[in-house]
Amino acid sequence: MSPAAMPLLDQAVLVLAAMALFTAFALLAQTRLTAAIHTFAWQGALVAAVAALTGRASGDAHLYVSALITLALKVALIPWMLHRLVRRLALERQADPLEHPALTLLAGAGIVVFSDWVAEPVARFDLSATRNVIAISLAIVLLGLLMMVVRRQAVAQVLGFMAMENGLFLAAVASTHGMPLVVELGVAFDVLVAMVLFGVFFLQIKDSIDTLDVDRLSQLAEPVEDDARGDAP
Amino acid sequence: MNALLLTVFTPLAGMLLLGALRSARVAGWLNLALCALSLAGALWLAADVLAHGAVAGDSFRVDALSVYLVVLTAFVGLTTAVFSRPYMRYVHEEKRVSRGGLRLYHSMYQGFLFTMLLALTTDNLGILWVAIEGATLATVLLVSLYRTPAAIEAAWKYFILCGVGIAQALFGTVTLYFAAQHALADPAANGLSWSALYAVAPQLEPRVMSVAFVFLLVGYGTKVGLVPLHSWLPDAHSEGPTPMSAVLSGLLLNVALYAVVRMKMLTDAALAHSATPALAGHLLMGFGLVSFLVAAVSLQRRRDIKRLFSYSSIEHMGLMTFGFGVGGPLATFAALLHMLVHALTKSAIFVTVGHATHISRTQRIDRIRGLIRTQPMVGWGLLIGVAAIAGFPPFGIFTSEFLLLSATMRAWPWLTLPLLIGLVVAFAGLFRSVQPMVFGAAPPGQYPVRANMLPVILQLALVLVLGIALPGLLAHWLDQATQLITGRHLL
Repeated sequence: MSPAAMPLLDQAVLVLAAMALFTAFALLAQTRLTAAIHTFAWQGALVAAVAALTGRASGDAHLYVSALITLALKVALIPWMLHRLVRRLALERQADPLEHPALTLLAGAGIVVFSDWVAEPVARFDLSATRNVIAISLAIVLLGLLMMVVRRQAVAQVLGFMAMENGLFLAAVASTHGMPLVVELGVAFDVLVAMVLFGVFFLQIKDSIDTLDVDRLSQLAEPVEDDARGDAP
Repeated sequence: MNALLLTVFTPLAGMLLLGALRSARVAGWLNLALCALSLAGALWLAADVLAHGAVAGDSFRVDALSVYLVVLTAFVGLTTAVFSRPYMRYVHEEKRVSRGGLRLYHSMYQGFLFTMLLALTTDNLGILWVAIEGATLATVLLVSLYRTPAAIEAAWKYFILCGVGIAQALFGTVTLYFAAQHALADPAANGLSWSALYAVAPQLEPRVMSVAFVFLLVGYGTKVGLVPLHSWLPDAHSEGPTPMSAVLSGLLLNVALYAVVRMKMLTDAALAHSATPALAGHLLMGFGLVSFLVAAVSLQRRRDIKRLFSYSSIEHMGLMTFGFGVGGPLATFAALLHMLVHALTKSAIFVTVGHATHISRTQRIDRIRGLIRTQPMVGWGLLIGVAAIAGFPPFGIFTSEFLLLSATMRAWPWLTLPLLIGLVVAFAGLFRSVQPMVFGAAPPGQYPVRANMLPVILQLALVLVLGIALPGLLAHWLDQATQLITGRHLL
């Protein structure tokens, strides 16, 4: 189906999803934490908008609820908590440059192609606007994963984790008009608890090694194992 | 239904209650009582299921497969609670855990049991995901309970790796739901209900289902501890409090594998008439065998006693995954039996290891010496436990491994060779480390500690009984579960 022949709402969903993919790339390359948190909030807003539009198109009332939950959680609460933590840990000015920015972004492009390939059986099965969105959401999930691999800053890793959640939510909304409400509530609850725990961890990590550079968390590699620790029952 | 509610929601109530309770002394006992209550519920539930078949309703569903794991979970939860009460008091007296930490521990112990039991009893695949993710959230702060840099590192790794893994499983679940929408009449009402999906599984689109299964396997496989996503497991086991290691090894890994098996049942039914009918089985066999071999090699020359046994857990989970992958009644029966005996043995071993590290005040294998001289019960417990886990006759693990080997010999004769080699290598790795710990000369100034070996004796005796003669009731029970998974009876 050519884009022009689609209903206007479907076209809007596609554009919003593409913009969410763009924010995933922006997150990947963004070196300043505060800016990255803002980008993440924008991504959440885009995903919530997709949910609301899909709800409009299909008439599912519970999609509006999901959109509201996302808006509250991913756009307001989690970015606010991260901001507070970043300020409390005095990380606002800290930059965390990528080691190989060009390579990382190329890998990101590769991920998009790969996702399109994986989503192909789904696309052949269902000829609607949603097929591209599944590829896009998988790409967002995998870009979040990539971000967790290449970033060394704990806060940036958490942003990658939460971006993965955004991708999953987008997949659920676009492909199936959202999961059953009880499941979505459960997932949202898990995400919220995870965020609180991440906050606790930042403080614990900061306390114990005085930095949030998780590359420093490498004592458990075998060679040092015997000397560094040991007398702990 | 009442039995089900009692089993599953006792721990939930316990989590809230223990979170509010200030007295550490009472908390230990209350934890024990709650576990006992939950076990009573589980036994009642099992009697129900055995008498009337599956118990279902309100998006809960308990059949022969899940009820056997429910009883196992509640039982190991209780025996570990027996061990954890004095052990955590000792840890508290050593000033390694604050009063608040102890409260968190007891509350989250119940929270963890709640998520495990919920995952086993729910019929909704979305809730299953939420529960398994909840299990990570409940245990992650317990792994970092001692607040040492190593513990925090282990917890962070556990959190991130399992979070990433389980996210893949959610993507798989979404894909599954997508396939369900084209096969079910009313997907919004029961689109994620396992039983509804299983009923229409042949209509599920095979290509979408294979994509979904790959994601689900990677996701839940992370929590099973399958290589290459296993690296969180030794860290989390070695740095957390010992009762936590016992329940992680004995319960969490089993429940994650249970989720994989449920997904395999759906996928197998959906792919039956496609070009690759055995895709799920082959994937499980591959992942299982690789995990088994990698873990067997990793068992060599460990320095930390808890890491040693966590690699042994990976090894056994690999073996079970392989067994479910081979499929067929015999291999499936063997894998189910292996799940049972491994959980009993491994949690007994971790309890013993807890006492051993208490005696010698270290986790380093080369500093734990002469256990049998200092405290014969602990020494013998460790020795017998290791003999059982290494697959010596007449223990139950020998039986299940033997059944698995015969099934492999029949279906894939060439794969028996790597299995046998792996078993021998694992055996060598375990005994080289354990023999000096048990028999070596005790260092001066090493004294016996107050140890309650009752859970260990009970569990090892059970494993022994299961190895000598499988009781008819249990054999029938496992056979029903086998029939559920493979569609055929073994007995």
